Amino acid sequence: MTAFIARRIGQALVVLFLVTIIVFGLLHALPGGLVRAQLGPKASVYAVHQLAVQEGLTKPLPVQYLVWLDHAVRGDLGFSYKLNTPVSTLLAEYFPRDLLLTGLAIALAIAVSIPLGVLQGYRRNKGVDYVFSGTLLALYSMPSFLLGVIAIIVLNIELPLLPSTAQEFGHGFGTDAKVLALPVLTLMLGNIAYYSRYVRSSVIDNLLEDYVRTARAKGAGWSRVLVGHVLRNSLMPVVSLIGISFPYVVSGSLIVEALFDYPGMGLLFWDAEQSRDYPVLLGVVLLVSVAVVIGSLVADVAYAILDPRIRYE
Amino acid sequence: MSEQDPLRPAGAPAGTVLATGAVVGAAAGDADGATVPTARRPAWRENLTTFAHNRFALAGLIVLIAFTAFCFLGPLVYPTNQSATNLLNENLPPSSQFPLGTSPEGFDILGRLMLGGQSTLEVGFAAAIVATAFGALWGAIAGYAGGFVDAVLMRIVDTMLSIPFLFFVVLVGTLLQPTLPLIVLAISSVSWLSTARVVRGETLSLRTRDYVVAARGFGIGHLSLVVRHIVPNALGAIVVNATLKVADAILLFASISFLGLGEPPPATNWGRMLTTGINNLFDGYWWQLWPAAIAIVATVVAINAVGDGLHDVVEKRLQGGHG
Repeated sequence: MTAFIARRIGQALVVLFLVTIIVFGLLHALPGGLVRAQLGPKASVYAVHQLAVQEGLTKPLPVQYLVWLDHAVRGDLGFSYKLNTPVSTLLAEYFPRDLLLTGLAIALAIAVSIPLGVLQGYRRNKGVDYVFSGTLLALYSMPSFLLGVIAIIVLNIELPLLPSTAQEFGHGFGTDAKVLALPVLTLMLGNIAYYSRYVRSSVIDNLLEDYVRTARAKGAGWSRVLVGHVLRNSLMPVVSLIGISFPYVVSGSLIVEALFDYPGMGLLFWDAEQSRDYPVLLGVVLLVSVAVVIGSLVADVAYAILDPRIRYE
Repeated sequence: MSEQDPLRPAGAPAGTVLATGAVVGAAAGDADGATVPTARRPAWRENLTTFAHNRFALAGLIVLIAFTAFCFLGPLVYPTNQSATNLLNENLPPSSQFPLGTSPEGFDILGRLMLGGQSTLEVGFAAAIVATAFGALWGAIAGYAGGFVDAVLMRIVDTMLSIPFLFFVVLVGTLLQPTLPLIVLAISSVSWLSTARVVRGETLSLRTRDYVVAARGFGIGHLSLVVRHIVPNALGAIVVNATLKVADAILLFASISFLGLGEPPPATNWGRMLTTGINNLFDGYWWQLWPAAIAIVATVVAINAVGDGLHDVVEKRLQGGHG
């Protein structure tokens, strides 16, 4: 167990190191260089040189990388000249809201997907299964912003129940719950399509196992076999599925936040993209990547604790 | 990482998880077939029959061909001016003159749907081809070489996978000038990762086969062994994966268009048209939203259906069921 966790942490550290190299590489792939990007095309050569020296950009690349890494580890991710704020301050403000949005969406999606997947797996290739499979495929084949727009049309324009933007977020629990409803719903629907297919095929695999036949032979009813035996075994892969799905959920949140104006990292990133605010862009990419690496690590360790077989690969 | 993970194409339905072990059967099946001189229909006809047996896949193929014809041949039948704006015609509802109404710039939407579909389909297929070629080679080399090379190559894949793909694509698109080839490159830069994992998994099981050992015994070079023997035998899995990549690329292209990246107007694509429709949502210009929405969803569903049919074909071959 300890060996497995140690190996897995070692892998995560290697991946984190490579992530920093990629982000650092992107920082230096800017057309015209970072300084030119900050000062604009009309800045004098002298001003460009002065800021380059000040920011340490005249040093050799490996030295720059180490300095940048040293700063990043201490939480200094540069300064946003567009917003006149340190990037770390911005991230500290926006990141918790993302945890709320994506956390709610994942939790609710799982709460729906598991019973749905079990039902589909049990009634596979029957009417119910076809109806849900068709619906989920349609959901799956939609760009997430179209899903959000349909939610707005139904629950805001046709039935004026919920607000169509989340700009008002942060004014007390009542309004927060209201403005979060549509973004969470949108993100959740996309994930249900993703998760429930997985649960379905996992349930189908498990239904063919000997233990199901044994339980049935001993006189257990289907509901007991499904809930007591198949569900428990099918849930295992779901734990690691959550880990795998982090990049998808985070990517989805970028679209959802841009659509609903929800003030999370996605919106911060999108605004930074529009205004070419490179330190913010790179800070966000670094943070979401680190969050994904840590998230998958936690999911894998949880999987190993729940299922002892995985430790002895 | 779970066992399912490397076999699962990004965004592939869970039902289409490919059985690595079963591919072994394909190679063996082919070898047997060559030695038994039975008169049977050619393999491609068998494959076609299997494919057509899946009604859903057949319908998908027909829809896909219909949309391709609509986009690329449509303008010959129904020519429209898609470069000069006409502000007198802006935001008109559908009429006999404009069957699907007009855009905020006064473009005919039916004609625009054809133009936008061209770039959407081009990007979708081009990105899938680039990603598949690169990812297949990467995965085959990693799986074939094993050991240290494998570890290094796959850690790079892990790393890229932990950067949320949409953020990465937008970042690359922002750093570079968003022309169509660069968008293809940006989409492929995230889309090759799952191909690499799938092909690596296949290669791990293929490289111990007798014909690989035999080829090595003849003194064949490593590179041609990978390119000539390993990749062709993993082709079934690669093709199914590539089909799903087309669908993913179209959705990703739509998403980055929504975020404002893409070719400057008057060029357009379905994602951009959809975004225009969304921006005018509260004005009630429904004809600016739904045609593009239906085109995207129908095409992506159709491609997924075709992938499902191809999966059936590969499965059937794996079971050695040529007849």
